[in-house]
Amino acid sequence: MSETSSLTDWTRATAARMADALAAGEVTSVELVQAHLDRIAAVDGPVHAFLHIDAEGALETARAVDADRAAGVSLPRLAGVPIGIKDVLVTKGLPTTAGSRILEGWIPPYDATVTRRVREARMPILGKTNMDEFAMGSSTEHSGYGPTHNPWDLSRIPGGSGGGSAAALAAFEAPLTIGSDTGGSIRQPASVTATVGVKPTYGGVSRFGAIALASSLDQLGPCGRTVLDTALLHEVMGGHDEMDATSLDEPVPAVVSAALEGAAMDLTGVKVGVVRELSGADGGYQAGVTQRFEESLARLRDMGAEVVEVSCPSFEYALAAYYVILPSEASSNLAKFDSVRFGLRVERSTVEKTMLATRAEGFGDEVKRRIILGTYALSAGYYDAYYGSAQKVRTLVQRDFDAAFAQCDVLVSPTTPTTPFKIGERIDDPLAMYLNDIATIPANLAGIPGMSLPSGLAPEDGLPVGFQILAPAHEDARLYRIGAALEASLAAEWGGPLSAQAPELEVAQ
Amino acid sequence: MSSLDRSDVARLAGLARIDMSDADLDRLSGQLAVIVDAVAKVAEVAGEDVPATSHPIPMANIHREDVVRPSLAQDAALSGAPDAEDGRFRVPQILGEEA
Repeated sequence: MSETSSLTDWTRATAARMADALAAGEVTSVELVQAHLDRIAAVDGPVHAFLHIDAEGALETARAVDADRAAGVSLPRLAGVPIGIKDVLVTKGLPTTAGSRILEGWIPPYDATVTRRVREARMPILGKTNMDEFAMGSSTEHSGYGPTHNPWDLSRIPGGSGGGSAAALAAFEAPLTIGSDTGGSIRQPASVTATVGVKPTYGGVSRFGAIALASSLDQLGPCGRTVLDTALLHEVMGGHDEMDATSLDEPVPAVVSAALEGAAMDLTGVKVGVVRELSGADGGYQAGVTQRFEESLARLRDMGAEVVEVSCPSFEYALAAYYVILPSEASSNLAKFDSVRFGLRVERSTVEKTMLATRAEGFGDEVKRRIILGTYALSAGYYDAYYGSAQKVRTLVQRDFDAAFAQCDVLVSPTTPTTPFKIGERIDDPLAMYLNDIATIPANLAGIPGMSLPSGLAPEDGLPVGFQILAPAHEDARLYRIGAALEASLAAEWGGPLSAQAPELEVAQ
Repeated sequence: MSSLDRSDVARLAGLARIDMSDADLDRLSGQLAVIVDAVAKVAEVAGEDVPATSHPIPMANIHREDVVRPSLAQDAALSGAPDAEDGRFRVPQILGEEA
């Protein structure tokens, strides 16, 4: 290829830039894919963002895209731009485990709808990214295949459950990845790795072929290093699918144009609400997290937004409601891992004994905890007190959001109370682990869309801080407009994206 | 609401079809009791007058025409099975000796 492409480290480019360069003939998809495969080979040992690499499959897609482009065939915008897919999505012919030993070696016989859309967009699939087992966790330490490490500090967690998808972006192993967000599994990893992640409106992206955790909360979403890249992937993933009964029958929100509009940094007339209960105003949030949050609010004001405080008093009960609803639905969803149709079988004399032994061996501790908790919450005599009450709290949380959105266009908060903690620090204290998601969970209970984007590094430890934006259901585009404005304002000060400041990883020879 | 003890966890593990050793029960029971105590606060706030929400976005049931559509081929559906025979999933015996 041209001289430029051999001198450019394409792994540092945005997906939008890669797409433009492909269209302009500056680079080939094979070169892009090979650059990312080389990067993965160089750094993924210690990062461990990927559970499976499909080098040959990615290169094959790339070659076909390059041939079509050379032949003048009209191609989708992201054709030839590589991507990583969270291992929660089934991929025909590629191993899919959802981070669980119970699915080790399973090769799905079909594609998830989102996998199909990625293939139709002609995006080479680099591989499957690591995650907490069945997406239960906030650190990827609950992966059955070992934790992912945060590229900003390899001794720290990359968030979870989508720590692999976030770390792959932060380590420049992929320009785009797919995540799933049940209580913050896209936004919290984005926050602690200085990347961008969006949980769309519930039903905005088809979940057909996504291995279910909690069906009334789960939503798939896009992850990138910039707001525009994330928007480009959102438009690939989104849209109605008759294979998912909860899929919204409405057009994909115009998130790319919203991101472009936001980059003009004019927020005149936009009303931003700070949720008192999520702002860390009562203390409890790390000082640097609060500081960067306040600075970002000042930037929104400088761009013309009006910032007001709102209160959502029932959010105090959101975490408890979530940890009743999620385990209840998960205990039901995971009943299908019964040693009969797929996955592990630990053979015993009868089917029942085989199931007992298989599930004992195949599931990790966090999965067992949540299944037991869900079985308890749904059992006779306790159902009303736990599951019934949690569903009522859900109504109260929705009412709080409705009241808040009557006063403002978007709500904002820090994404997480702290910067990433050390691997191992909270592994034996489930409740402390659950508190990571205190600011992200309310959106899942209400089905509304949310974004996390970088707001800086905490002065005390030099680690990433995330800024969360929430919008009313169906109004995903607002996240991108406000997010792109804040991103542009911050990038002007930093001289580029925060991801560029990540420390250099040691490269394997 | 009362907290969970070790025998509750053993019974629930049986219902959930997960074998648990004494060591498992020792490790998980204490953690589960702490979690159950923490989530019990859901019962404190919502009164009789608050309706339950099961689903975040209101939706009606989805229907389609009752016609045969392409689906997984039999061999594809069986491709991940731990054991299969004659185009079916094969399992160990269903009834134990004591039955």
